[in-house]
Amino acid sequence: MSADDPAYRLFEQRFGARRRARMAETMLTAATAVLLFLVAAVWTDFSPEKIYEGLPRIGQYFGKLLSIEPLAGADPVPVLAFGHVFGGVKEPQSIAYWFYRIDVYGTLLWQTVQMAIIATVMGFTAAFVLCFPATGTLMPLRVLVFFLRRLLEILRTVPQVVLAFIFVWPFGIGPLAGILAIGIHTTGALGKLFLELNENADLRAVEGIKSVGGSWLAQIRYGVVPQVLPGFLSYALLRFEINVRSSTIMGFVGAGGIGMELKRVIGFNIYEEVSAICILILLVVVILDLTSERIRHRFIGQFA
Amino acid sequence: MTPAEIAAQRLRTPWAFGLNRRTLAIRWGIGLLAVVYLIYLHWLFEFGKVFSGLERLWVIVRLMVDWTGFAGWDHAELLQSMLETVAMAYLGSMLALLISFPLGFLGARNIIPARVFRFFARRMFDGMRGLDQLIWALVFVRAVGLGPIAGILAICVADTGVLSKLFAEAIENTDRKQVEGITSTGASFIGALRFGVLPQVLPVMISQTLYQIESNSREATILGLVGAGGIGLRLSERIQINAWDQVAYVIVLILITVALIDNLSRALRLRLIGIPSHR
Repeated sequence: MSADDPAYRLFEQRFGARRRARMAETMLTAATAVLLFLVAAVWTDFSPEKIYEGLPRIGQYFGKLLSIEPLAGADPVPVLAFGHVFGGVKEPQSIAYWFYRIDVYGTLLWQTVQMAIIATVMGFTAAFVLCFPATGTLMPLRVLVFFLRRLLEILRTVPQVVLAFIFVWPFGIGPLAGILAIGIHTTGALGKLFLELNENADLRAVEGIKSVGGSWLAQIRYGVVPQVLPGFLSYALLRFEINVRSSTIMGFVGAGGIGMELKRVIGFNIYEEVSAICILILLVVVILDLTSERIRHRFIGQFA
Repeated sequence: MTPAEIAAQRLRTPWAFGLNRRTLAIRWGIGLLAVVYLIYLHWLFEFGKVFSGLERLWVIVRLMVDWTGFAGWDHAELLQSMLETVAMAYLGSMLALLISFPLGFLGARNIIPARVFRFFARRMFDGMRGLDQLIWALVFVRAVGLGPIAGILAICVADTGVLSKLFAEAIENTDRKQVEGITSTGASFIGALRFGVLPQVLPVMISQTLYQIESNSREATILGLVGAGGIGLRLSERIQINAWDQVAYVIVLILITVALIDNLSRALRLRLIGIPSHR
């Protein structure tokens, strides 16, 4: 086949046309993205000068987070120094000096994790109860399915911090408002995932139980639950990891946990305590993530 | 069937006759522990307060649904803040995309074989991801002052952690054959990346970025609560003065915006890579 073969020419022509069309489309998408970026930047005052002005300040601030003043008014020094790392509480630049309020943080972190646990349990229970009547394949009552789905949607779309902020009014300042807020959000999020699992469940088991005269509850209990429970638990553990993160910020609106202390030390510019708390939060989050991942892989292999 | 036969069968298949004592004891033990733990939590968090608070919550809910003053609310300000929130989410996510694109390659095993380097890159991603966006926002408000810039930076940092990790994993999961084919034609390292790796990971990257824009526009609505710009600031003002009707209105605005963005992103994803939903 030579270059002036009509078939070859036709191929070249069509290939070229297609390629140009693809290129034009890509360029158009990219141009739209850039244009939107510029519009958004103008809208939010995100100008290059402001970035240029702000960057050194960010650097300074993060530098301050990792330095201490051993005596009031003295020059700041790094939080840790090689010779002092394992010194006592009274010795500046040691770990013990940096984390000297570890007992307070520890109590609050314990509270934070407990908040996440109880909220996950609450959300799991509520989602478990709501997800079966909200599944179209299991519930013949269309109205109920529609209503419950919208309810779950609303529960998971209202931001949980906003809910917590509202709940602080009726339930008082403290972890209770945070727990209820996270619990409600968890109900919505897990409910949606659960009902998707239910929809994919094999209906033959349900029909079998129906045929021997099992009630609706029996059909769910023996036909669906054994199929979906491992998936439910896996999702619940994943949600628990997310909830631990959420409960660390609940304190910003007065809803309990380590967030209250973090907000206080940031507000009063107690720099070295800000970094200490952030490091502890990170540690807890990472440890719990790893543990929960282990559990998921070990017990619920195929779903994790 | 004689009792002897039954006993023999029980020996052969004990599990068919119900759980044995040990398993039962362990299950009851776990159940009991769970109950004790829940009672402890009940005491720790004073759950009794829920019932005394319900009455006050009911008052708030009743005030929330009363929209008689609707015409007098500052709609222009609220809509402007809502748009600002979406703009923050978009800017933050796009900046994060720009930063994590190279970082993702640097964190992938098949691109950078140096283990020490990769270890630190991965730990850095974990650190950025592990702290909630709101914590970053609070820190950035202190560093650069009140306003949307603090929010954009917070979104950008938290998102860079997420996207870099996902990109690195996507790059590690690419098929080597395509890269080898390109290399065998004499292409440079960059050429192999461009035509061997990039076509394989681009759909994942687009999908993840769209998902992040979606989820960030949800998250951005609360950044204002700590002063980092957007609708959250208006919301927090209204909660503090107990203007519950307007609080409900702002929440409805948020719900509508989030739904719009979800649908838009679904349509875009379908158009760009042909997959309607995330994962």
